[in-house]
Amino acid sequence: MGMTISEKILGAHSGIEANAGDIVVADIDYAMGQDGTTPLSIRAFQKMKGGSLKNSDRLSIVIDHSSPSPNEGVSALHKMMREFAEEKGCNIYDIGEGVCHQLIPERGHVVPGDLVVGADSHTCTYGALNAFSTGIGSTDLAAVWLTGKLWFRVPSTINIVYRGRLPKGVFSKDIMLHTVGKMTADGASYEAVEFRGSTISRMSVDARMTMSNMAVEMGAKAGIFECDQKVMDYVSAKTNRQPKPTGSDDDAVFSRELEIRVSDLIPMVARPHSVDNVAPVEALLETPIQQAFIGTCTNGRLEDLRIAARILKGRRIKHGVRLIVAPASKNIFLDAMRVGIIHTIVKAGGVFVTPGCGCCVGTHNGIPSDGENVISTANRNFKGRMGNSNAFIYLASPATVAASALKGCIADPREVVW
Amino acid sequence: MNLKGKAHKFGDSINTDYIISGKYKFKTLDMDELATHVMEDLDPDFCSKVTAGDFIVAGKNFGLGSSREQAPLAIKHAKISAVIARSFARIFFRNAINTGLPILICRDADRIDEGDELEVDLSSGLIINRTKEEELKAEKLPPIMIRILEEGGLAEHLIRHGGFEV
Ligand code: SF4
Repeated sequence: MGMTISEKILGAHSGIEANAGDIVVADIDYAMGQDGTTPLSIRAFQKMKGGSLKNSDRLSIVIDHSSPSPNEGVSALHKMMREFAEEKGCNIYDIGEGVCHQLIPERGHVVPGDLVVGADSHTCTYGALNAFSTGIGSTDLAAVWLTGKLWFRVPSTINIVYRGRLPKGVFSKDIMLHTVGKMTADGASYEAVEFRGSTISRMSVDARMTMSNMAVEMGAKAGIFECDQKVMDYVSAKTNRQPKPTGSDDDAVFSRELEIRVSDLIPMVARPHSVDNVAPVEALLETPIQQAFIGTCTNGRLEDLRIAARILKGRRIKHGVRLIVAPASKNIFLDAMRVGIIHTIVKAGGVFVTPGCGCCVGTHNGIPSDGENVISTANRNFKGRMGNSNAFIYLASPATVAASALKGCIADPREVVW
Repeated sequence: MNLKGKAHKFGDSINTDYIISGKYKFKTLDMDELATHVMEDLDPDFCSKVTAGDFIVAGKNFGLGSSREQAPLAIKHAKISAVIARSFARIFFRNAINTGLPILICRDADRIDEGDELEVDLSSGLIINRTKEEELKAEKLPPIMIRILEEGGLAEHLIRHGGFEV
């Protein structure tokens, strides 16, 4: 019987033929933790009486969620992480290096066919590199540090095929918001999703990451793309490790198959307070906004900043709007600086904060006030997500967010000349 | 294991930001401190209403969102004995088991109302609603999860067996 990408990768890492529904104990190629989850992993590791780290060269911990530290409580936890990394010989990405989900692929830690876990729900991002990667909790991460392994239930897979050319002003974020809206927030619970089709083949790896990143917003365990030349070029520029491209068999069994045509798609927006509460931008025009945020592991990459800069060039954001920008990594920040993107955005009124999570998760760097509306390129708009439960968060593409910052209300990027 | 207490009712899609807001969880590892903020954005008085042993009862997709293990831990430290919901999000589900917080998937969780007195037999998954005098049945967990839960959590499982024993 044909197999899916998930069945093949989990099977190859556990040494058995793995079919959907099976429980396997699999070898982990790479594991990551961030500053919101790693301190608890350290505590769990101590509880497990862990000594040295298993496969310490295949682990990273990242300080990105509250970076640099906004208060002494966080500072103590950061210190705990630094001391742990030093003592155990584990790689640490400290403040300003970037968001974990940008760093792990960008620094060459993932190749096609890998099995990767991370103590952060958006670890599914690396599915764009044809890896099976999924979010776990702190104790699970400590178990990987101890044993190099983890148990999994092999998921069934939903196959989503995208066809057609994206219209101007419409991006992978819009495709994904549309998909999450269709699937709903638990429509893919416990399952993997495979994304393919002619639309995907034309997309950059960065644009694909926006989609795999948000697979968890429909409950999925992983959001995986096939390996193609673009993926091979992306990884070969970053690592010498041997890729193991993995595809589904023609007769693979999927739990569901969906075909989505994108030629008529228009920019989409997720309304407060859930990601699947999506609407076409046209239904929300004139909704006033006080803060706009461009960044995060969803849309803080170079092509995202470039699109925003193209819209903002030579213009000024509306008086009364705060535009906050957080590049997803230091390297992206440097590249954007080199090509003048930073200059353009700052001149238009944008404010840059440290590469990292920025204000995405409400720890610092731009907490909205009561009753304010925020439009953001992030992946979540739960009540209280940005640190104030009386604020309202709308999610959209970088183009829609930039256009909205100019107008002071939710705006259709297709109307801005660029 | 038998649990006894009253139900605190929530709706569908209770995400991890509601369970414990990011603004607290990044600051401390003191779970008793975090426990005082459980469900704060939905019900600021929640913690003062809980008597040790009570249950959280919710609709579908409980615990969606982030991978924060602080969510099940804070619930546990708020002295909730178990969470009963129509369905759970994947990472929360794993984290709850790993940290020893019992969870029950019950398709009829909607039949339980705020304040109902419940008795739960974890091994059989039987939920008795004493207020309504009715019995509900929870789904069986995968064997590996039952094992980890019975042994007190994943850390205890690994200490006992020196690795995964599935
Ligand atoms: S950018 Fe936001 S969603 Fe991404 S890892 Fe950071 S806090 Fe999580």
